[in-house]
Amino acid sequence: MTASELLTGGLRLEAHKQRSTKAPIRIASLAERYVIPLDQHSGLSAVPLVKPSDRVRMWQPIAQPAPGISAWLHSPVSGEVVAIEPRPAPHRLGAPTLSIVIANDGRDERFENAAAIVSFEQISPTEACEHIGRAGIVGLGGAAFPTANKLESSLCENGPQLLLNGAECEPYISCDEMLMRERAEDIVFGGRALLHALCARNCTIAIEEDVPEAQAALLRAIEKAGDSRIRIKVVPAIYPAGGERQLIATVFGVEVPHDGLPADIGIVCQNVGTAAAIARWIRDGQPLVSRIVTVTGDGVTEAGNWEARIGTPFSSLIVDSGGYTERMARLIMGGSMMGIPLPHDDLPVVKATNCIIAASALDLQPRSAEMPCIRCGNCSQACPAFLLPQQLHWYLQPFDGDQLARHGLLDCIECGCCDYVCPSQIPLVERFREAKPLLTRELDARLTADAARARFIARNERLARLEAEHRAKLAAKRRPRNEPTS
Amino acid sequence: MITALVTIMVLAALAGLATVVTAGAPEEISLADRIDALLPQTQCRRCTFAGCRPYAEAIAQGAADINQCPPGGERTAKALARLMGVAPKPVGKEFGVVPDHPAVAFIEEEACIGCTKCIQACPVDAIVGASRHMHTVIAADCTGCELCIPPCPVDCIIMRPAPTVAR
Amino acid sequence: MTFPTTPAPHVVAHDSVGRVMRIVIYALLPTVLLHVAFFGVGLLVQITLGVATALVSEALALRLRRKPVEPFLKDGSAIVTAMLLALCLPPLAPWWLVVSGTAFAILLAKHLYGGLGANPFNPAMVGYAVLLVSFPVQLLQWLPPAGMDMEQVKLSIGETVQTILTGSLPSRLTWDAVTSPTPLEALRTNLKMGMTMAEAQAAPIFGTLGGRGWEWINLATLAGGLALLGLRIIRWHIPVAMLSAIVISASLMYMVDPGTYAGPIFHLTSGASLLGAFFIATDPISAATSDRGRLIYGAGIGVLTYVIRTWGGYPDGVAFAVLLMNLSVPLIDRYTIPRIYGHAR
Ligand code: SF4
Ligand code: SF4
Ligand code: SF4
Ligand code: SF4
Ligand code: SF4
Repeated sequence: MTASELLTGGLRLEAHKQRSTKAPIRIASLAERYVIPLDQHSGLSAVPLVKPSDRVRMWQPIAQPAPGISAWLHSPVSGEVVAIEPRPAPHRLGAPTLSIVIANDGRDERFENAAAIVSFEQISPTEACEHIGRAGIVGLGGAAFPTANKLESSLCENGPQLLLNGAECEPYISCDEMLMRERAEDIVFGGRALLHALCARNCTIAIEEDVPEAQAALLRAIEKAGDSRIRIKVVPAIYPAGGERQLIATVFGVEVPHDGLPADIGIVCQNVGTAAAIARWIRDGQPLVSRIVTVTGDGVTEAGNWEARIGTPFSSLIVDSGGYTERMARLIMGGSMMGIPLPHDDLPVVKATNCIIAASALDLQPRSAEMPCIRCGNCSQACPAFLLPQQLHWYLQPFDGDQLARHGLLDCIECGCCDYVCPSQIPLVERFREAKPLLTRELDARLTADAARARFIARNERLARLEAEHRAKLAAKRRPRNEPTS
Repeated sequence: MITALVTIMVLAALAGLATVVTAGAPEEISLADRIDALLPQTQCRRCTFAGCRPYAEAIAQGAADINQCPPGGERTAKALARLMGVAPKPVGKEFGVVPDHPAVAFIEEEACIGCTKCIQACPVDAIVGASRHMHTVIAADCTGCELCIPPCPVDCIIMRPAPTVAR
Repeated sequence: MTFPTTPAPHVVAHDSVGRVMRIVIYALLPTVLLHVAFFGVGLLVQITLGVATALVSEALALRLRRKPVEPFLKDGSAIVTAMLLALCLPPLAPWWLVVSGTAFAILLAKHLYGGLGANPFNPAMVGYAVLLVSFPVQLLQWLPPAGMDMEQVKLSIGETVQTILTGSLPSRLTWDAVTSPTPLEALRTNLKMGMTMAEAQAAPIFGTLGGRGWEWINLATLAGGLALLGLRIIRWHIPVAMLSAIVISASLMYMVDPGTYAGPIFHLTSGASLLGAFFIATDPISAATSDRGRLIYGAGIGVLTYVIRTWGGYPDGVAFAVLLMNLSVPLIDRYTIPRIYGHAR
């Protein structure tokens, strides 16, 4: 068994990070065309500000956030907008989404955004939040939730605690580790800016126990900044310790309510990469137009971390990494536990692209045939949300909405731990992923039905009452005539 | 030997009793209520009864079959069959076709003469409007029962696909 | 260049049902070896018969249910069932006992309920209970353990096989000469005859800890069980809860009246306490689901085992205790759903 240990919730997995952390972060070569999908953050698609054949300069805003949860997009290069059309994007199964396509003219002429702010303490927290929002920064840990919206959810008065997530628990991904090793000062600067913007009391940087170089670099950077509010917390290297809710439980010993946000319990969690991006924006005026991407797996010649501009084709990164080996079998964006399988490499790097795994058969041995669940309980031991996956699976066939809701199907974070340990090789997560929308729909339908029943009953009662009153009136009219005879 | 048998039988009986008592639904919920809970509450009367509740009562008394509710479709028919312990069967054609998508009514407001006939027909109070003023369907409350369509003198009510519930 | 896509997670631990069952079988080997050392090769013949029957019945049931035969036959669960049942039978029991018991366990207790993973009752224990109810006499014909001055009744391998297959002993012996009650049964009879506990336990069948021979077999079972725990094939909840429940009940009654009730050590090392705790009650398919549920489930088996042993009419209580608690699993599961992350208690 490759899992060396099963713990109450979570797994110790082989990290597979050595290959990609040997060389320092390198700059990815420039491509001719950059494809910027409009919906690369969670929430609503951004609204384009440019038209085909417009000239754009590097760092120029090209799309603005839709009202609600959304984010700005900026041009990674200078050049010409050649199209705004559906292009395949690294979503599930690479379905096409509306994207801005920019032809690079190779000149990198800069667009001057708002002037860089050297000392952010001089602006108010509210202004700082707004300023950060304009950089198009999203959570760089993989979920790509717009940072501006996350900052909004926390109110200054509460004096929240800031948590910078450097616990990169998923196998293969090493972009945060390299960032912490090489750009710890950016992270500390971003952390201090966030402390100011959130009026936060303190800042905890969570980092896994198995990355000593990164810990040392961060400690040096904190010391250099001389900020006593920032501390480092070493967490065990257990998957999925870096999941936001799991990390909060590990670091602070409190749980985020299932129907709430971390902000509800006074905690704001940001990825370390996000903090570094904030530093670049505030200090250097550079919006989020590039990120560090790990390219690894047995399917590429040379694994490593690349600073790639958003919109760079995967294929160009693969060429930078020396091309595919002949063992190349599968392409995955993200880690080996939750990564998205991709059908081809003609896809752009988006803000959520933390890792590209070119996997060979050595990386992923095929599953054996599925057997019935023997109720061994491995899955429930591994589940970080404390669910009973075997019971969820039991109630999927036939679909029993009541029991699935009672057993917390909607609380499943789709981490894949249950799947990993199942001796019967049942694809549990895939089934849960498919069942969740069905359950939501069923619960919704039930709510609407209850409301309809209530109105139906209310109406019938009202009609009955009116009828009774009407009768009573008629009877009252008739009575005087009848009285004498009785 | 006798004590032994008695002990074991008592234990078995206790365990069995506990299981049965807790596994079954609590007794105070009547059969009609449990059937009603499975019906879609569209109140469309296609089942030939005056709403879901009357149909539920009819099933409970054995006066109606389990396959008479087109809005509920196959799912409801199956659930009812399971509850009643009979073999599942498809919804009877004579009760209407099973809709593919949920629909809601929409009043073309330019045409509406404000006669209030639709309000009187709507079983779930999903239409608002005053006499001689234009009427509107509250889409979130409309169950798509279509009962408001025949009474309208100017045929200005049409069915549209239900808006997806935004969450 | 296009690549095939498969849903996440992209790597899984290469565990399998077959591996789990194989380890359980290996963990049973020390018990089997010591059993053979004390009671002769009868057990091996029983296991051979049982495993053969189990595989044939399993294949038959799978064929009838139109399921793929090979993967399920290879998973080893039928072999575990057969071994557990054989371990519960007297070593010289006639062949039709183990064959019918195993066939019943596999065909009815397992496949009638839907096969691997769907049986609410522990198949081996169903088989044993059916045999016990139908053929109590044959099930009590245990042999005296080796080392009890009864060398003259020792059977050779050939004689053992012959006895099991024909159901009758070599002509030089009689059943009365070769059989001896199990320690639990002996204790019960002796106490019924009015002996005090000390007198009752003075009989040669009793050893230092529990029944002679049985104490060593049970220690081997304990070793196998600990190995299972160490390899994380089973978890501690059920064995610990079950054994503690036996110890607590036995200690309580022992404190009330040491003259009538045997002490906790005796109960732990006699009968199928340890086999039950580590190999039978831990069968995950028919056990409760959550950790808390498994504690309750194990404790229930422990208490019931003690109750049936002490006041019931059967030689050992483990089988019935397990079956009774299997019956309560839906109830236990219903009330022991663990708290979900982010939900209040
Ligand atoms: S790990 Fe697999 S076999 Fe074991 S209980 Fe969970 S779903 Fe069943
Ligand atoms: S995928 Fe869901 S059910 Fe499985 S371990 Fe993760 S949270 Fe638990
Ligand atoms: S047919 Fe209409 S009224 Fe009858 S049960 Fe179904 S939804 Fe209710
Ligand atoms: S508005 Fe019309 S279709 Fe909608 S519920 Fe009322 S009567 Fe039925
Ligand atoms: S019945 Fe037709 S015309 Fe009359 S109020 Fe309703 S929609 Fe308007």
